[in-house]
Amino acid sequence: MGAHAGRIVLRLAAGGVLVFLYIPLAIIVLYAFNDAKSQSWPIEAFSLRWFGVALGNAKVRDAFLLSFQAALGATTIALLLGSAAAFAVHRFRFFGRDTISFLVVLPLALPGIVTGMALNSAINFGIERGGPSFGLITIIVGHATFCIVVVYNNVIARLRRIPRSMEEASMDLGADSWQTFRYVTLPAIATALVAGGLLAFALSWDEIIVTTFTAGTDETLPVWIFSNFRLPNFRPVVNVVALFLILLSAIPVYAAARLTGGSGQVGTR
Amino acid sequence: MSAATSAGPGGTLTGLRRGVASALHRRPRLQLGLLLTPPLAWLGVIYLGSLAVLFLSAFWRLDPDTTQIVQEPSLVNFETLANTEVYRVIALRTIGIAAAVTITDAALAFPLAYYMARVASPRVRNLLFIAVLMPLWSSYLVRVYSWRIILSEEGPLNWLLGLVGLSGPGFGEISIWLVFSYIWLPYMILPVYAGLERIPASLLEASGDLGAHGLTTLRRVVVPLAFPAIVAGSIFTFSLTLGDYITPQLVSSTQFIGNVVYSNVGVAGNLPFAAAFATVPVMVMAVYLIGARRLGAFEAL
Repeated sequence: MGAHAGRIVLRLAAGGVLVFLYIPLAIIVLYAFNDAKSQSWPIEAFSLRWFGVALGNAKVRDAFLLSFQAALGATTIALLLGSAAAFAVHRFRFFGRDTISFLVVLPLALPGIVTGMALNSAINFGIERGGPSFGLITIIVGHATFCIVVVYNNVIARLRRIPRSMEEASMDLGADSWQTFRYVTLPAIATALVAGGLLAFALSWDEIIVTTFTAGTDETLPVWIFSNFRLPNFRPVVNVVALFLILLSAIPVYAAARLTGGSGQVGTR
Repeated sequence: MSAATSAGPGGTLTGLRRGVASALHRRPRLQLGLLLTPPLAWLGVIYLGSLAVLFLSAFWRLDPDTTQIVQEPSLVNFETLANTEVYRVIALRTIGIAAAVTITDAALAFPLAYYMARVASPRVRNLLFIAVLMPLWSSYLVRVYSWRIILSEEGPLNWLLGLVGLSGPGFGEISIWLVFSYIWLPYMILPVYAGLERIPASLLEASGDLGAHGLTTLRRVVVPLAFPAIVAGSIFTFSLTLGDYITPQLVSSTQFIGNVVYSNVGVAGNLPFAAAFATVPVMVMAVYLIGARRLGAFEAL
């Protein structure tokens, strides 16, 4: 096989894999506009009517709201705790410093079902002692646990790239440590915080495994899909909700990837 | 928060903030404590604590008569696991499909990763990077659900294969393998891409200068150098498949370890047994990680 033929084969194979990655997403987009109730292919007519049905469904609206609140809450906590941990590890030397990055990644690295069960027992343990019962708060606790690493990774990667001399210069020029943080450090890490926050939001928004163990009887959007996808009557609505789910997780991820120049933290989902 | 320059009531606030800031500046240990306590309390105490209780509870048992959990250490759950045919089959099926998915993903990831790392222009490379990143981070459930449509009786795949007189795999072990390979593929592409990008071009030129054919260079130079990166990617594809229970439920009626665990937490209410079965994927991964480390995968992450 010549080098030229080899290159053509490589292009075809690479293109094929890319198409494979995106066909299922295209299928969801198409089916959201499917007029028919059945899922049979080819789609015969397109319409927007199931969007109306989906928006008119109170359970879907509630689930949408719950998912949104949970994602916002989890993102806020992840931003606070993730950046606090990143600053501590970057600025200080202390006993156990090397284990921090291991500790933050653990909730994502372990199978979701293990994290879910552990949190489930912890919540039950808490309820017996007057803690919050299953609902929005426990969903936020669960999601924040595995979102911390996303913010931590983004912020610490950025902190390592900021020259220490910038902050030293600020202090030498008479700024106090608050002003140095506010006018030098914070602007330098701003895009890392936004990118980390966006990824955390996306991760929380469509999470299902940990959610099923922390939500009790409340339904987030993914849980709603999971409990209705088998019902033939609900299929068209499930297809519309699936499109919502894709959009509100793909858009933040795209924005985060652009913000970090495509060099965002990968691998450690 | 532009109060730093404002006067009046904001001025005292600014003064207070400066006071706090400089007090903290003089006491780095206090600063460290304030930064570290919240995340450590959350992850180190609540999360690690509940993990510890979970693994401890694997050694408890459910009294079948009273349906109460008996908190005496015993190996009864693990004995049930080892002696029950069904659980052995489920464990082996889960591990087997996880291995098949890993091999499939390595084969699928390689051409795209190679194209990104060594052929594409920087602009195209950036676009492809984002194109791979997006499905990695988003829409896990929806992407699985989409396969339920694709694989269904009257779905697109059967229609397409029907044109040439074939039919799709339906819902079973093959569909699980296919969908898992699809879902975790980005986790393999990115580490392999990073690994291939690190190979110096001079090595490939040297191989060519010494008379190696393109395929020989690929087999003798590129693949061995990229191998640690493939192992790094395999950590994700293998581990994520081991712990999943959503995909098997959506595209088959086959049971995975996760499905048994899930039904024991919920319907059966046998938390100790669920915890015991959940240790199986964790143990398998611990062994896998030790092996991966020997193969240099951690340097390739």
